[in-house]
Amino acid sequence: MSGNMNLTLKVWRQKNDKTRGKFVTYQANGISQDMSFLEMLDVVNEDLVRKGEDPIHFDHDCREGICGMCSLHINGRPHGPKQGTTTCQLHMRSFHDGQTIVIEPWRASAFPVIKDLAVDRTAFDRIQQAGGYVNVNTGGVPDANTIPIPKVVADEAFESATCIGCGACVAACKNASAMLFVSAKISQYALMPQGQTERYSRAQAMVAQMDAEGFGSCTNTGACEAECPVGIKLTNIARMNREYLNAKIFKEEEAH
Amino acid sequence: MLDSKVPAGPLAEKWSKHKFNLKLVNPANKRKYTIIVVGTGLAGSSAAASLAELGYNVKAFCYQDSPRRAHSIAAQGGINAAKNYQNDGDSVYRLFYDTIKGGDYRAREANVYRLAEVSVNIIDQCVAQGVPFAREYGGLLDNRSFGGAQVSRTFYARGQTGQQLLLGAYSALNRQINKGKIEMFNRHEMLDLVTIDGHARGIITRNMVTGAIESHEGHAVLLCTGGYGNVFFLSTNAMGCNVTAAWRAHKRGAFFANPCYTQIHPTCIPVTGDHQSKLTLMSESLRNDGRVWVPKTVELAQKLRKGEIKISDIKEEDRDYYLERKYPSFGNLVPRDVASRNAKEVVDEGRGVGASGIAVFLDFEDAIKRLGEDTVRAKYGNLFDMYYQITDENPYKQPMRIYPAVHYTMGGLWVDYNLMTSVPGLYALGECNFSDHGANRLGASALMQGLADGYFVIPYTVGDYLAGLGFDPVDKNHPNFEKTRKEVEENVHRLLSLKGSKTVDDIHKKLGHIMWEYCGMARNEVGLTKAKGLIQELRREFWSDVTVLGENEEMNQSLEKAGRVADFLELGELMVDDALNRRESCGGHFREESQTEEGEAKRDDENFRYVAAWEYQGENQPEVLHKEALEFENVKLTQRSYK
Amino acid sequence: MSKSRHLLSSSLGKKLIMSLTGLFLCTFLIVHLIGNLQLFYNDQGKAFNDYAHFMTHFTPIRVVSYLLYASIVIHAIYALVITIHNRKARPVKYAVYRGSANSAWNSRNMGILGTVLLVFIVTHMSNFWWKYHNDGVPYIEYRTDLATQETTVTELIGDEYTDYVKYIDNDVEVIKAKDLYKQVQFTFKNWLLVAFYVISMAALSFHLIHGFKSAFQTLGFDHKKYAPVIRFLGVWLFGVAIPIGFAAMPLYFYFSS
Repeated sequence: MSGNMNLTLKVWRQKNDKTRGKFVTYQANGISQDMSFLEMLDVVNEDLVRKGEDPIHFDHDCREGICGMCSLHINGRPHGPKQGTTTCQLHMRSFHDGQTIVIEPWRASAFPVIKDLAVDRTAFDRIQQAGGYVNVNTGGVPDANTIPIPKVVADEAFESATCIGCGACVAACKNASAMLFVSAKISQYALMPQGQTERYSRAQAMVAQMDAEGFGSCTNTGACEAECPVGIKLTNIARMNREYLNAKIFKEEEAH
Repeated sequence: MLDSKVPAGPLAEKWSKHKFNLKLVNPANKRKYTIIVVGTGLAGSSAAASLAELGYNVKAFCYQDSPRRAHSIAAQGGINAAKNYQNDGDSVYRLFYDTIKGGDYRAREANVYRLAEVSVNIIDQCVAQGVPFAREYGGLLDNRSFGGAQVSRTFYARGQTGQQLLLGAYSALNRQINKGKIEMFNRHEMLDLVTIDGHARGIITRNMVTGAIESHEGHAVLLCTGGYGNVFFLSTNAMGCNVTAAWRAHKRGAFFANPCYTQIHPTCIPVTGDHQSKLTLMSESLRNDGRVWVPKTVELAQKLRKGEIKISDIKEEDRDYYLERKYPSFGNLVPRDVASRNAKEVVDEGRGVGASGIAVFLDFEDAIKRLGEDTVRAKYGNLFDMYYQITDENPYKQPMRIYPAVHYTMGGLWVDYNLMTSVPGLYALGECNFSDHGANRLGASALMQGLADGYFVIPYTVGDYLAGLGFDPVDKNHPNFEKTRKEVEENVHRLLSLKGSKTVDDIHKKLGHIMWEYCGMARNEVGLTKAKGLIQELRREFWSDVTVLGENEEMNQSLEKAGRVADFLELGELMVDDALNRRESCGGHFREESQTEEGEAKRDDENFRYVAAWEYQGENQPEVLHKEALEFENVKLTQRSYK
Repeated sequence: MSKSRHLLSSSLGKKLIMSLTGLFLCTFLIVHLIGNLQLFYNDQGKAFNDYAHFMTHFTPIRVVSYLLYASIVIHAIYALVITIHNRKARPVKYAVYRGSANSAWNSRNMGILGTVLLVFIVTHMSNFWWKYHNDGVPYIEYRTDLATQETTVTELIGDEYTDYVKYIDNDVEVIKAKDLYKQVQFTFKNWLLVAFYVISMAALSFHLIHGFKSAFQTLGFDHKKYAPVIRFLGVWLFGVAIPIGFAAMPLYFYFSS
């Protein structure tokens, strides 16, 4: 079932991180309102392939809003015009016939472009590797119900833990800061009893890695929170600041 | 006959005894071994982390841009564990029994018992990692009943259990990467297995950013690469999910078991058009309160589809709540395969709803009347929102439209009790293997199996193999590495030389249609035979008329897709062969020739109580069937009934 | 020592400096406003001029004032450092960037607002602080009969003023002081300057509506119950009351002259 929307796309095309990119204009015709944004791009790509042109490269995988692999800065906003939505869950009914849509990759020095709209987000992995875990080996752990955790605490930790690591916070922030992402992970462990033993060293290690990756600094504009597809709250950044400052100023001994 | 290496002795003691009998690798010697782990979902991440903790060197690979994105992340419902925290009569034995029965007696008893046994450790492990499971007000873990189970044994983290468990395993993985024990390769796709003297000794990968075709050597190779549901083009799998790693291993000697066992999940959002790229699952918990129906007559359904009448114009007596009618005791909560098949049946009768007519209603009107909209919102709010977002229809005001979609594949690489495939040194974990779910998987059991294999089985069993190897490093200059690498390169260039008129997706969609039509929810001899021919034809069309653009030395999504579809085109035929061979109905495999008078699946235990493991024989050669007889010493085989 | 250096070179450390200096400047604003409200006394500047002398000569306050100058400089320098760092974090800009969809204008333009305020501070200090300290203001003598509370005022010219004095002689209180009040009256006859002051106070308002709560966020203060108090103060005290109070001064003198 094809649709009746005709759109003009201005898409960032860039062969790799060593070449300069540019915008290329494409027509997307016969687009149905029921298509997701990525399905609309699929249609454009199928046309390109039929014409023998290199399709537009973009990252995507689960297409149900949970894996965090899709990105795209659409008409000036990460994941497009709808709040609380990843690009893969954005549908074309959010656009209108005849509209021009500008599609850019996430822009940050810590997220270099790999090709077209796909960027390298391994900086996020490295931040997690620096301390985003509890030091337990497999086996030899206590029974799961040994430590009761108040429901409100567990729920709050869960809220922080739902971050999908897509990088929209960095993309939205005028400073390309990663603090919402980093703080969500620090928060989860700062809240859960299992994270207590290493909470101060974790905060220091993760913040240090975040800085080393070249992300910008938070100026509390709140853009990250507003654009986060899963609603990670600014409260997390406050908590991270608290954890970090506490670690640096008062808990140096504990934070080996 | 295949040797499953299931140890002798009473069921409950098999695993403990086996663990004792397995050879150990001295702690100081573990660092002399390198283990390759392909895939970083629940099975892969947990295996890589656990093995690295023991001291092995691990090389881990994933095709995504980060190990955290593996599709385990999308599992919604929960994870089963026989904790019996609710004091409602659960036990290791009951979980074992339910899983065997749910799998329609086509799984290996010993594996399933072990799965149930270690399930309790999984929850402990995840909690220790800081996974924020749902809790009661008293601070203890909450459980829910799931998928029609009679006990509440499902642990969950709202509707995102898979995500939370995967992030837990990912954190364990990260910890070992930080310690230098795991070398992580993101955006790398395994394209072949290297064997030396019949043993798995390495893999060939393609760096998906630079195109570099690289060899990696290791003393053992673990495939944790998930299922092959994308052979249907449309499925609830992620776009990148593929069978390539498993299929290439199959072509190097690993038997493929029960490929025809696919699970079709009943509550998915229906297809809207040809543009559709994937299907979205909604948790089957919706069936706890939603009522499934279609119009009683074809005429009414037609009028509704054409928009001549509204849903509200259909009177109560003109609605057919077919699940409640046919299965009075289970009603809307019948198992997944039964619910799916019945939906197909009413749609085939022409009573389907929605513009396409390929959907049935899941109606919450009564639930809202009974519980109030707020309660319904509290229970299912996120699912309703998701549905609203995708369909633009408000499920609080009108019934949802649902239709079954391919969701999980119970088949996979054949493995013995140690999870080793028929290639020594090559293991398969999680959805990638065939072992624990028989012909049908119960809800909340996939996560359990992935983590059981990775955290609690492979760390023991892999040592037994390594201990017999000696300490020599794998010879990376062995000619087989270069030979296999060359073959991969040739295959890549063969794909890149294709300059026909079809896109890879054109072919993939056609394959999907064939599989769905003839090897989907209901199968028969005639259809399957036809499908076999169609697939062979399609494979020829692919290799003669498809177009693959670009070059190898860059990020090339055309090439990636082409390689995967080429393998699906071979797997598809094997699935059809397997379905043809299995002239019985069991679990997700419904042969129309084998049904009861009431139209329910009928097993043939006398002739088909075995695992069908297929051995590759070369291009376009029929595969050879090996059988592993399934012995049931502890449970009595009965015909499932949900009447 | 090494740990604090490390702290201050981290991104969060730099934010900490911004927040602490910013909050210190906020407290100063309260004191400054309360003190300057004496401009509205109808006493020909007696209380104000007396206060001005006290503020410039009482040692603890002088110490604090140096801290204040340092805070302004540090706040500005760190703002610059952070801004440069943040620019580097996004070397390629977006062709389309709809910041208005996700954040408030002032929060995204603290640098511009801050620059306006820096120019204002320089102007303001050269108008008053510099002139006050470099004999650029007239002198005045107040003689108050303590019995009747009647005050006679005399402008002092040149040599008639040597130093600030305050004494009581025969039940008459004599104060000789620099007449900053007059300087205020004089300065705010210039409508351009008045306009600049008012605009600057608008900038201050926007700067503080974001800055005050932001400082607490940076310090890690976030509390379900008490954070709303901070937001309230940020808007109504620092965003409304204080800027209006300050802006009222030039307007009052301009329109009452």
